[in-house]
Amino acid sequence: MRLSVQTEAFDLGAESNAFASGTKAGAIVTFTGIVRDNCGTLSAMQIEHYPGMTERAISAIMQDAITRWTLTDALVIHRHGLLTAGEPIMMVATAAPHRADAFAAAEFLMDYLKSRAPFWKKEIGADGADWVAAKQTDEDALSRWDKG
Amino acid sequence: MIDVLYFAWVRERIGLPRERLETTAPTVRALIAELVAREERYEAAFADLTSLRVALDQDLSDFDAPLAGVREVAFFPPMTGG
Repeated sequence: MRLSVQTEAFDLGAESNAFASGTKAGAIVTFTGIVRDNCGTLSAMQIEHYPGMTERAISAIMQDAITRWTLTDALVIHRHGLLTAGEPIMMVATAAPHRADAFAAAEFLMDYLKSRAPFWKKEIGADGADWVAAKQTDEDALSRWDKG
Repeated sequence: MIDVLYFAWVRERIGLPRERLETTAPTVRALIAELVAREERYEAAFADLTSLRVALDQDLSDFDAPLAGVREVAFFPPMTGG
């Protein structure tokens, strides 16, 4: 299990290869989030985080994923600082004996990273800057993981 | 003494990322009341608690949680990671 909260860009191919070569899993799922420019006006995306709590919260989410599914490994890389459109923000990788667990755990990690990892995005455009509002749909997405 | 941290627009409205306070507030809600009584910028930041989250010693908590033994309180808007 590896977690990196970093400002530097990461190489998706290199990270995926390194993750795959270190595991004996039958299935690997990766997800990569890219900075979107919805209106064609985005100059940059500022991502703020809470040093200490961010690592702590993501580690807890990863630990939870490992106990819920049969995972052989998991990876989360999340950047902070100033990013431009088209740059990768973050990636998640999961390794499991079978694909169902790898897919489910990757979705779970993404849903929790969206709403429970202390990051805040600010879109900086030609007309000014605005904090991205949290979406109710992201919050609702967490409920499907509630243990009954 | 307690460290109080602010993030995102909460930090911008208050105008600083962190401060160290002397307080006897028993709960988070009481601490907010103390801050709001101090200056207008705190009133602006804490106007709508439904749009705020609080963490105590780096764990998500709630506004009625006790502050006894807590060293670090953080206020921020709902998180937008991923």
